Amino acid sequence: MGTISEEILGRAAGKKACAGEFVIARVDYAMSHDGTSVLAVKALKEMGVDKVWDPSRIIIPLDHLVPANNETTALLHKELREWAFSHGIVHFYDVGEGICHQVMAEKGFAMPGKVVVGADSHSCTYGAFGAFGTGVGATDMAEIYASGKLWFRVPETIKVTIDGGLPKGVTAKDVALHVIKHVKADGAAYKALEFYGSTISEMSMAGRMTLCNMAIEMGAKAGIVPPDARTEAYLEGRAVEPYAPVYANDASYCDEYHFDSRISPLVACPFEVDNVHDVEEVEGRHIDQVLIGSCTNGRFEDLREAARILDGRKVKCRTLVIPASRGVMLEAISSGVAATLLKAGATICNPGCGPCLGGHMGVLAQGEACMSTTNRNFRGRMGKGAEVYLGSPLTAAATAIEGKIADPRRYL
Amino acid sequence: MKFKGRAWKFGDNVDTDVIIPGKYLRTTDLRSLGEHAMEGLDAGFKPAPGDIIVAGKNFGCGSSREQAPMALKYAGISCVVARSFARIFFRNAINVGLPIVEANICDAVESGDVVEVDLDNGIVKAGGREYESTRLPEFLQDILKAGGLVAYRRGVR
Repeated sequence: MGTISEEILGRAAGKKACAGEFVIARVDYAMSHDGTSVLAVKALKEMGVDKVWDPSRIIIPLDHLVPANNETTALLHKELREWAFSHGIVHFYDVGEGICHQVMAEKGFAMPGKVVVGADSHSCTYGAFGAFGTGVGATDMAEIYASGKLWFRVPETIKVTIDGGLPKGVTAKDVALHVIKHVKADGAAYKALEFYGSTISEMSMAGRMTLCNMAIEMGAKAGIVPPDARTEAYLEGRAVEPYAPVYANDASYCDEYHFDSRISPLVACPFEVDNVHDVEEVEGRHIDQVLIGSCTNGRFEDLREAARILDGRKVKCRTLVIPASRGVMLEAISSGVAATLLKAGATICNPGCGPCLGGHMGVLAQGEACMSTTNRNFRGRMGKGAEVYLGSPLTAAATAIEGKIADPRRYL
Repeated sequence: MKFKGRAWKFGDNVDTDVIIPGKYLRTTDLRSLGEHAMEGLDAGFKPAPGDIIVAGKNFGCGSSREQAPMALKYAGISCVVARSFARIFFRNAINVGLPIVEANICDAVESGDVVEVDLDNGIVKAGGREYESTRLPEFLQDILKAGGLVAYRRGVR
């Protein structure tokens, strides 16, 4: 009797879990990447723990600074490899496999009803598969490494319903930005979101991942889509173990939002993710770099959409395309999408997080602006004194053609 | 736990990218994080040991990087008083032993004012007034008192 979060956390805690209560829940899968594993391993050592709880349930993909950008990073990667090997970590994914959240989905660790915790704020992406996916810091991850459990305050849940087909040029990213525009950057703090309605049930798994990925941009602890036939089809032959879907059952919600899908392509302007405008309002602003990629929009579907617009055209500003995984890159190559993007003048980089977090590979100069398909436009995020605008792969591709923010509908 | 210090005031939605920019995350010298704390927002941020950050809502939103509360701690900040915190920052602060308090004092405080925090009783004093703050559950207070989750876990084993 409860929301999806209450049901999943209750199952994992072995007792009824009501919003507001603190529970200690069993974690099914724990993910940490190169950025956070190093600190987690350090904390684990300092805790005096020399054995992890279950080496087959810890997943470590290297994605944040890959390949290593300098000797310090190279050394941290080396130490992490050695630690993973010596602890028998079964699912260690080295440079080039992909972004942690994409890897978690592709390899079948994100499943309905599971508690999947990642040492990365965008771990809420796993809610696309009906999992309770949430992000924590490195010391919390060390606690999971040690015990396989973690304390949680059971969140209240906001029910979001979106109905209707998406208009031409409008994608799951625009839906995510539309929800953020109304819920606001802290509107779901400490809470979970559940997504319902025909827009969601018609949405691809890639689209649901985009939507749930951005739940944290409203402060949410988790963003969950109830699993359906589409979820099952994706997980067929992929899920690493059996799973039992969990649904809301006579649940009470702390708030409800109803949205219509008839929206424009949207852009989040610097420096807050809820500073969202219709593309018509910001068209024409000068852009120095376009980035198509990240855990938000680096999937094959996103690259294919960008290629639709860029096919036979030329980019006017430097355009980076960063596939979210090796699998995405292979699909882009075999389908011809990669060739289309390259012919248009884009640069395709290796799978990984790229410049999204301002560390590596495409960081901006002072005074520059980027139109990006990523999830954050915080001050200085992609480089000190630079601006980031967030939009869909379609909007990013149209912008690349003009070198200024452009309405993708003109090119469809 | 009680703290008294001068305030550094910030607004709403102070995110982890301005608390510690991404380019500083790869370091083995965690103390050096303190030198870059709040760099993205205020280049003149040089707190005296014991100073207190006062902020609006959603402090610490964004990344799960634990280096954010660590940077503030190593910069000498004794406590952060905000109207509300982002969830992951909240957990991380407790885990690294940076005391945090939810209280709505932002409008009543200017940078440089003296602020007093009584964590055990959930009271914040600022601008000649007393404010009630949300009290942390006891087990979280215990983690803070131990100096963070690592020290707490060593103690309880």
